[in-house]
Amino acid sequence: MKSKTIKVDYLARVEGEGSLVVNIKGNKIKDLKFKIFEPPRFFEAFLIGRHYTEAPDITARICGICPIAYQMSSVHAMERIAGVKIEGPIRDLRRLIYCGEWIESHVLHIYLLHAPDFLGYEDALQIAKDHPDVVKKALELKKIGNDIVNLLGGREIHPINVRVGGFYSIPSKNEFLLLLERLKWARDAALETVRWAASLPFPDFDFDYEFVALRHPDEYPFNEGRLVSNKGLDIDISEYENNFFEEHIAHSNALHSVNKKGEPYFVGPLARFNLNFDKLSPLAQEISKEVGFLPPVTNPFKSIIARAVETVYACDEAIRIIDNMDWNTKPYIDFEMPGGIGYGCTEAPRGILYHRYKVGPDGLIQSAKIVPPTSQNQKQIERDLYEFVNKYINLPKNELQWKLEQAIRNYDPCISCATHFLKIEFIQE
Amino acid sequence: MAATKNKKPKLAVWKFASCDGCQLSLLDCEDELLQVAEIVEIANFPEASRAIQSGPYDISLVEGSITTPHDAERIHKIRRQSKVLITIGACATAGGIQALRNFKDVREFINIVYANPKFISTLQNSTPISYHVYVDYELRGCPINKYQLLEVLNAFINNRKPNIPNTSVCIECKRKGITCVMVAEGKVCLGPVTHAGCNALCPTYNRGCFGCYGPKEGSNTSSLSNQFEEMGLSNYDIVRTFRGFNAYSDAFRKESEAYEK
Ligand code: SF4
Ligand code: SF4
Repeated sequence: MKSKTIKVDYLARVEGEGSLVVNIKGNKIKDLKFKIFEPPRFFEAFLIGRHYTEAPDITARICGICPIAYQMSSVHAMERIAGVKIEGPIRDLRRLIYCGEWIESHVLHIYLLHAPDFLGYEDALQIAKDHPDVVKKALELKKIGNDIVNLLGGREIHPINVRVGGFYSIPSKNEFLLLLERLKWARDAALETVRWAASLPFPDFDFDYEFVALRHPDEYPFNEGRLVSNKGLDIDISEYENNFFEEHIAHSNALHSVNKKGEPYFVGPLARFNLNFDKLSPLAQEISKEVGFLPPVTNPFKSIIARAVETVYACDEAIRIIDNMDWNTKPYIDFEMPGGIGYGCTEAPRGILYHRYKVGPDGLIQSAKIVPPTSQNQKQIERDLYEFVNKYINLPKNELQWKLEQAIRNYDPCISCATHFLKIEFIQE
Repeated sequence: MAATKNKKPKLAVWKFASCDGCQLSLLDCEDELLQVAEIVEIANFPEASRAIQSGPYDISLVEGSITTPHDAERIHKIRRQSKVLITIGACATAGGIQALRNFKDVREFINIVYANPKFISTLQNSTPISYHVYVDYELRGCPINKYQLLEVLNAFINNRKPNIPNTSVCIECKRKGITCVMVAEGKVCLGPVTHAGCNALCPTYNRGCFGCYGPKEGSNTSSLSNQFEEMGLSNYDIVRTFRGFNAYSDAFRKESEAYEK
């Protein structure tokens, strides 16, 4: 029987280090492994003994691509312990900085990491040779996201201005107003991005997924909400660990996050879109309708359209917040830290990011658990790959390999956020 | 680069234990990225491209610290293929935040984090790249400053010395005319002993510096600790203050160890 092996030792255009091995014998998959070989960095261990106020700065370093998500999940968990609720302008500013991160991260992924797959290029710089204007525009759009994070956070990677209780300081109104005009341009560029993304060729591939995302009664979710799914889940985030577990799958060498029934689930832009379409801004709903992109969408390759729609939403929301902001607000609220257990779950660009901390009365962290979105999607990614090979087993090897890489990139996996979910296969000296 | 006069210098970007933030700085150069790609050949940059060219490379940018036996070997191979090797960020120049393990028994850490400790193979210490191979230039910061990165690339391409100030964050504060957050507001600040490069970012946002650019050469850490003591910090507070993203850099490590007893 003829056999073929597809081996991608080092997955390109994903953040962090992963690999893929597929072994096909005749018409059957013998073995399929989506591996993560990012070295462990032990965040959950060295957070123990640190002061709770240090958590946002430390956990940001898990991932340079979505540091805001880590900062937001940790501040919310700490505030939950202290029993404080952040409302009004500070809450809005937190949404604003999240808008910046979504724009920056989504545009990076759409144009620089994912578009080359659809257009048959190795990277965005090659696209730039043929279509310089497209890439220049993409970079300008990405920059506006970064500039929001820069202004409110101090810098785009590992912002320094986020603290438990709010922000260290709030930049002046004028500086935000300068962003407004550019955001309006960005919103138009994002609308065009939706039209463009919807016109891409998508492989025929649909699946009955369990989509999981936050849902808030009044708004598209960033920081708050209940955890819901299209299969009937509806829980407070404090119940996360009763509903999701990590299990050891022998064949894949990795600990996978699964639901109660031991099955994979799907988090990220497509899950949010499917579960929260009604909470998108009117403009974002309108453009979705215009291009015929309506929930439920069950083809993971179309995540790129969901990212584009969310970029429109993030521009819209940023404009709304800046327009309505009361800039004379105190940057943070004071509170006492009594200690206890707290949970935080926010919507990173790639999906829900769960934190749980136990803090002592002295303010020092006693235990920490962090489950990043890539950890939660990992089993689903592997299942997608399996189903895809099954369906397209007769594709020429090169084409199949590229499509499989693309199937991984659908999730925009951020492997550097590897915290505690993986088995590392290094041999001890 | 003299050796490849009529050809574009080949650039490679490598990753070890890290958060990807420092290499992302290159993709965050929205206004300059396309120009950079015109001047250098991006020959190996997996985060950005599927196309990988083989070595040798004229310039290697290395992100991340060495934490596994496998990586300790890999860095030698990279050194052999690179004419110039530049480390980017606190992970690569000082071991990074993951060097906090160096003060503990790493087996304890494995047990806390992993359900199946026997699967994990890792080194006791997280070490900077310069512990393993010769490094031509170290760019500091967690993350690096992207304008400094462009300056360093530019300098090496044109065979000149990078123009990166080696003063302290304090000097940057003074230059910006920012009121001292430690003197005026009693905030804990590592600015006096921290390498410049961020343009005094934290004090500008009304908080103390937590040392993400690592120690400035010849910094007087013990005098700063005395000040911290006077401000009422406990020994453990001082240990934590020096144990951040550059905990394993000589100056910060020694200072934290002095207060650990
Ligand atoms: S130095 Fe900081 S920003 Fe750079 S890779 Fe390490 S953790 Fe990330
Ligand atoms: S911690 Fe210090 S070195 Fe880092 S950005 Fe803040 S002021 Fe600059």
